[in-house]
Order: sequence, then structure tokens, then C-alpha cells
Amino acid sequence: MLFSGLPSSSEPLHIPDGFLNWWVSLICWVLAIVGVGIAIRRSGKTLGERQVPLMGVLAAFIFAAQMLNFTIAGGTSGHFLGAALAAILLGPWAGILTMTTVVAIQALLFQDGGLVVMGANVLNMGVVATLVAYGVYRGVLELLGGKKWGLPAGGFVAAWVSVVTSAVACAVELAFSGTSPLTVALPAMAGIHALIGIGEGLITVGALLFVAAVRRDLLEVTGPAAGGMRWAIVGLAIALGLTLLAPLASPHPDGLERVAEDHGFIETAQGAPYEIIPDYVFPGIPNEALATIVAGLVGTLIVAGVAFTVALARRKAAS
Amino acid sequence: MVAMKAIEITDLYYAYHNGRYALRGVTLSIMAGEKVALVGPNGAGKSTLLLHLNGILRGRGTVRILGEEIPGHNLPRIRAQVGLVFQDPDDQLFSPSVFDDVAFGPLYAGLPEHEVRRRVAWALAQVGLEGYSERLSHHLSQGEKKRAAIASVLSMEPAILALDEPTSGLDPRARRRLIEFLRQLPQTILCATHDMHLVAEIFPRMVILDEGLVVADGPTQELLDNTSLLEAHGLERPWPYKPQEHGTP
Amino acid sequence: MAGEHLHALDGYRARTSPVHHLDARVKLVLALLFILSAVLTPTGAWPAYILLTALVWSAIILSQVGMGFVQRRTAVVMPFALAAVTVIFTTPGRPVLTVWKFDITDHGLLRLISILLKSWLSIQAAVLLTACTPFPALLQAMSALRIPRVLVVILGFTYRYIFVIGDEALRLIRGRAARSGDLNGKGGGTLLWRARVTGNMAGSLFLRSIERSERVYAAMLARGYDGQIRTLNHPTVRPSELVLMLAGSLLLVLIQLLARLRW
Ligand SMILES: Nc1ncnc2c1ncn2[C@@H]1O[C@H](COP(=O)(O)OP(=O)(O)O)[C@@H](O)[C@H]1O
Ligand SMILES: [Mg+2]
Repeated sequence: MLFSGLPSSSEPLHIPDGFLNWWVSLICWVLAIVGVGIAIRRSGKTLGERQVPLMGVLAAFIFAAQMLNFTIAGGTSGHFLGAALAAILLGPWAGILTMTTVVAIQALLFQDGGLVVMGANVLNMGVVATLVAYGVYRGVLELLGGKKWGLPAGGFVAAWVSVVTSAVACAVELAFSGTSPLTVALPAMAGIHALIGIGEGLITVGALLFVAAVRRDLLEVTGPAAGGMRWAIVGLAIALGLTLLAPLASPHPDGLERVAEDHGFIETAQGAPYEIIPDYVFPGIPNEALATIVAGLVGTLIVAGVAFTVALARRKAAS
Repeated sequence: MVAMKAIEITDLYYAYHNGRYALRGVTLSIMAGEKVALVGPNGAGKSTLLLHLNGILRGRGTVRILGEEIPGHNLPRIRAQVGLVFQDPDDQLFSPSVFDDVAFGPLYAGLPEHEVRRRVAWALAQVGLEGYSERLSHHLSQGEKKRAAIASVLSMEPAILALDEPTSGLDPRARRRLIEFLRQLPQTILCATHDMHLVAEIFPRMVILDEGLVVADGPTQELLDNTSLLEAHGLERPWPYKPQEHGTP
Repeated sequence: MAGEHLHALDGYRARTSPVHHLDARVKLVLALLFILSAVLTPTGAWPAYILLTALVWSAIILSQVGMGFVQRRTAVVMPFALAAVTVIFTTPGRPVLTVWKFDITDHGLLRLISILLKSWLSIQAAVLLTACTPFPALLQAMSALRIPRVLVVILGFTYRYIFVIGDEALRLIRGRAARSGDLNGKGGGTLLWRARVTGNMAGSLFLRSIERSERVYAAMLARGYDGQIRTLNHPTVRPSELVLMLAGSLLLVLIQLLARLRW
């Protein structure tokens, strides 16, 4: 990496393109759009004209805060996701919008996370992580009934759970895509992030305590208000939903694609091209190996032609 | 033009959320075309005062701009009359590209597209940043940022410029350029600053603000000669030589 | 190293190439379609993968941003490549190799290679898009493609302020390094202490950012901001560029058809 401050993808939550199949990507987009759509409207209502500058600058803050990694133990770096901090400081809707912006900037500017799978990344790190964090935070506050250490306790648990839930969501998506079987992806992702989550929790609590000491009024914005239990239930429901999805993906090492194939979804989905082009191989090309060779030749010719043209144009410009 | 009051502030009080008064009865009037320096130690209330000029902060007392009380029913029009340049250009240049920032004011004034583009080109030329419109704000030097920030209000063609510490954080050459630029501006100017050279060079009138009160208001040369007054308010007299046009250290 | 500003990381490479000149909307659409096409290409459809590679490489060469530059930036997919490795064992198929107690299957191998190719092709397109398109132009393209304007404007603000706040964060990191002698906050103190220092940094960065957002909001109001989002109209896409976009899309569709022939 360029330097230690780079918000690096060694924290494996930003899924690149190619690792999720089309229908998992599509479902994630739909869910993400619903979540973000509600978040835009709700936060717009409470923030009014402030929405644009506040969300814009705070998303930049989360992005910058992700550079503040620190060593947990050995070589493991505590990476910071920031969803819990955003949710607690800004409330769930503004939190979702902020995290969504961060995820989009990372994908568009640094290729940290793909474009076609951006829906999944927004869903995991923006929508799921934020809602779960907020639910857990409010739940803990309710349970502790306004105790002084409600803030650090709630903040830590919320941060830890949000990171782990994000990782679980990621594992489930990978499994449904047939990229990594759940039996491998789930323990690996959840395991790593159970550790990373400790760092997340500690940083989140540190930040919350700092803000509470200097600007208590900023915390009160999301402080003890009505509906705490409702949020706790939302958080719980999402976590539960993910847990219920997991076994659906697990018995099939090939992921749901296999299930879909067995039940004939794939044939219906992919049938069209097979029918348009009847059951013969490319005209004049008898088999797969030959087709590959021809493609290789054509490809080489194209690339060489472009390279030659560019070189020629450059020489002309130079002289 | 008939002598007209550009800015008329009467008995202005303002307290921030923490209850501390930043302005405690400021009265000040500035004629159209005047160039006035607003000096005073850190925390005197200079920035707070400037933020009242277009109704961003609203204190007790009255503020009139070009004869109209604000906040009035036509706040947007008044805002276009007062070009407020913030101290930190990173606050003022909030758009990704220089063009977007300079176009922001005209766009929100509801001007048609060709006029917006004309204004942007004109304002950038004014500050010597021709050809910068596609540049990204974060790639500019500090001096360029300051000039772009000024362009972003010039494009609204304001009658009044309110500048907050325009020369702070500039290296000598960038500072010199900026001073020469401010010198030839036709607008009414109220400029908060610590830069006493700047004050001596281009502002005939000087207002000293301390702890939210106007403690002195008069011709710059007279006030600068009053050493005890300057010292009492944490100000320094500029070096006793007339700065050259070029070649400041 | 630590003296660097964050904007050194900006992936844009200023050149005067035909790819840079191309309308951002056309580039965005083609890049998205290309990535979609890579994702949809079935396992083992090598001719399609080869042709897609030829396409993206041609564009990279044409753009003059440098093949090495693009390839270096593709490294971010590595952690996920690890996550996918297990498919070589778990995909049912004919065992081709046994590693310790596990069989690598032929189908598993094909699947892994295909996943890595998809991902490598996609990321090259994304890197190229970023390298050849100034971010403001990309934002305009996004709003032209009907992405909610609030979101696009917020993204613009974020883009502007990651450099400002990122530099503030770097200063904090350097300050911590000056005290503990290490950029990762490794040296000195217990885990809890290190976490608290980092938490304080995040907290103070948050407060500064909140204050910054208030000043930015004031600066917007000062120039007539009223909560509405206003932008200038985008010029229409030139016919020649439209033709290029359609041709490119058609080519990608053809490659998909080719990939789906029964070999
Ligand atoms: N946003 C704010 N919240 C609370 N107090 C503020 C704020 N901004 C300024 N102040 C206080 O108001 C007083 C005047 O500040 P300011 O107008 O910025 O002074 P100056 O610009 O002359 O340095 C100072 O005591 C400062 O601490
Ligand atoms: Mg000030």
C-alpha cells in the first residue's frame, strides 16, 4: 500500500465486481435502493437545507476516520468502518446516507469495492450496518435504563455487532453467488470481523466519550427519545433475517445457483440466447479450443493494432 | 452617485449558543464606495459582525444594507448584494471544481445559463484565474484558493464586499498580489484583518473592535499614530516604512 | 510518505487522449456495461474473456494512462481472491489434484479462474474510468443517468472534503506518530490506551467536521442557497459519441452471445 494512512481494502468488506453473480447483485441493489431512498427522504425532512453540506462533509469525515487505523495485536490492524459512529452521532437515516456516500466514493475513486456490486456494498456497510448499530445502541440504552455507562457500553456493542453483521451479510451474498461456500465464508468472515469489531468498538467508544466530554449537546440529538425499543427490534430483525438466510445457502456448496439450476430457474433465465442461436457451434469453427485460439488471435490483432496506431500518433506529435 | 449608506448597523447584540455575547452593541455606518478595515484581537467579534451583513446570523439591533433592513422579505437579493468572503477558502470553495463554485451564486440568483457562464469567465478574469474553471479546488495553492473564493462572490456582482482576513496564510508574493488586486476593486469594502500593512496601504478608514464593541473609528493614519490605543487592543503599528510595490521580503 | 497530501491518491491521470475527451456519460455507460458483461460471462467461456481483455486493453492503450498504472491499482481485489479460493475444493467435479486431504476439482478450478478473470476485467474498466474522467464530470454523468440529484450533490461535497478532512486526519496521525514514533499507533501504551488515543482523534475530527459543515452551510447561504438543487444543463451527447456508445454496447452483447454458444 502507498502508506499506512490509505483506507485500504485489507479490511475485506468491500466486495469487488466479479465476486457476486447477477441476481444476488440485483437483489442487493433493490434492497439498497429502498433503504437509501427512505434515508434520503427521512434525513431531508429533519435536516432540511442542511442535508447537503452536513452529509457531504460528514461522509468525508467517516472516510478520513477510516485512515485512523491502529494495531490490535501482532500484525492485525484495527480498521474502522464507522457505521456505528455515524448511526449514533447522526441517527439512522442520516447515518445510512453518510455511509452510502462513503461506499460510493470509495468505489468510484479508489476502486475499493465494485460498481455493479455497489448495491451489495451499500446494503452491507450502509444500510445493514447502520440500522443494526442503531438498533443495538438503542436497545442497550433501553436495557440499562439511562445508566452512566450506557453510552460506552451501547457504543461498543453496537460497533462490534455492526461490523460482524456486515461481514455475515457479505458471506451470505458470496455463498448465494457460489463464490465461496458458506461453511468457509461465514466462519472466516465472521471470525476476522469479530476481531476487527473489537477495534471498531474501542475507537467508537473513544470517539463517543470525546464528543460527550466536549459537546454533549451533539449527542443529545439522538439521545434518549421515544421509539428506542422499536429501533432495537428493527436491528434484531435484520440480524435474525440474515441468520435465517444463511442455512438457505449453506447446504449447497455451489450456492443458490445450484438450487436454481436444479429447479430450472437458470434455464429459463439463460434460455433465450441458446434458442436464438441454434444448436451449432460458431460457423466454421468446429470446437471450443479452436474458438479460443481464434479469439486469442483476434484479440491480439486488435490490441496490437491500437498500440501501433497510438505509437504512430505519438511519434507524429513528438516530431 | 449620491452619498448613500451602504452598511448601517445600529446597536447590534449577538450571543452564541453558549450564552456569551460576541457583539455588545455595535453601531457602525459605511458609505457607498468606502473602504474600511475592521481590526481587533482574536475573538473580538469581527467574523461574527461580518456574518450579520447578509443575515446568516441574526442578532438584536438593526442591520441595513443599501437602505434595506435585513433580514427582510427579500433576503436572497440582499445576499447577492453582499459578497462575503470567508477566512478559510476551504469553507467557501465547497464544490468539486472552480467553475461550479464561481457559478454557484449566479445560479442561485436564477440567472440564465449564458449569463452564468459569462459571469464565471468575467469573475475568474478579475482575479487572474483565467483558464482555471475546470481545475479542482483541492489542487489549488492557498493563494489561488483565496482568489477563487473572491471570484465566487464577485460573480454575483455584489455592491459590497465583506472580507474576513483575506491575507492570512498567504506567502509574501501571494499576499502582495492580493493587496494589489483589492486596491483596484470599485466595491464598498469592509475587511476584517490583522494585517496592519494591508490596512495602512489600502484602507483610508479603520474601525477597531474589541470584546464586541467598537472602541475606535476614524482615519487610518490618525489611529495608527495613536500607539497607546493600538497597544490597548493588542494591535501593532506597521513597520514605519512605506512598502514598495514589489520586492517585499 | 507521511508528508504526502491525500490528493496524491486521486486516481485521475490528466492526459489528452481520445478516451479522456469522450463524453463522461458515454464512458460511464460503457464501463458499466462492460463490467456487467464480464460478470455475466459464463464459467469457462474463454473466447469471451479473451475478447473482453482485448477491448479493455485497447482502451487502456488508447488512453495513455499506462498499463502498469492500471494493473497496480487492480491489486485491491486480492483479499477477495483469497475468499474465493475455496471453490476449487468445494465445487463438485473430477478431482485433478489433491492438496493435503482435499481434492481440487476441474470444475472448481475453472470456476475460480473465471471468477478472478471477471473481477480483474471489471476492475480494469473501473480504474480506467476513474483515470480518464475528472470526478466532477463523472458526477454530471451520474445525474444525467438519473441518479438522485441530492445523492450526486452530496457526493460532490464529499469528494471536495475528503481532501480537506483527510489532510486534517493525516496531521493527527503525524502528531500521534511524533509522540509514539509509529504511524500505525503501534508503539507505546496498552491496547486500551492506543484505542483511546485513536478514538479521541476520531472524536476531535468529528467535531471539526461538524463545525466545518456549519461554516460551509453559511458560505452556501451567503451565496443564495435555498435548499433547492440547481445545476446547469448538460450539453447533449454528440451524435458521433452516441454512435460509439451504441456500437460498444452492441459489441458487448455480441460477445455475450458468443459466450453462450454451446461449444
Ligand atoms: N460558532 C461559535 N460558537 C460559540 N462561540 C463562538 C462561535 N464563533 C465564535 N464564537 C465566539 O465569539 C467570539 C467572537 O468570535 P469571532 O467573531 O470569530 O472573533 P474574531 O473574528 O474577531 O476573531 C469569540 O469569543 C468566539 O469564541
Ligand atoms: Mg475571525
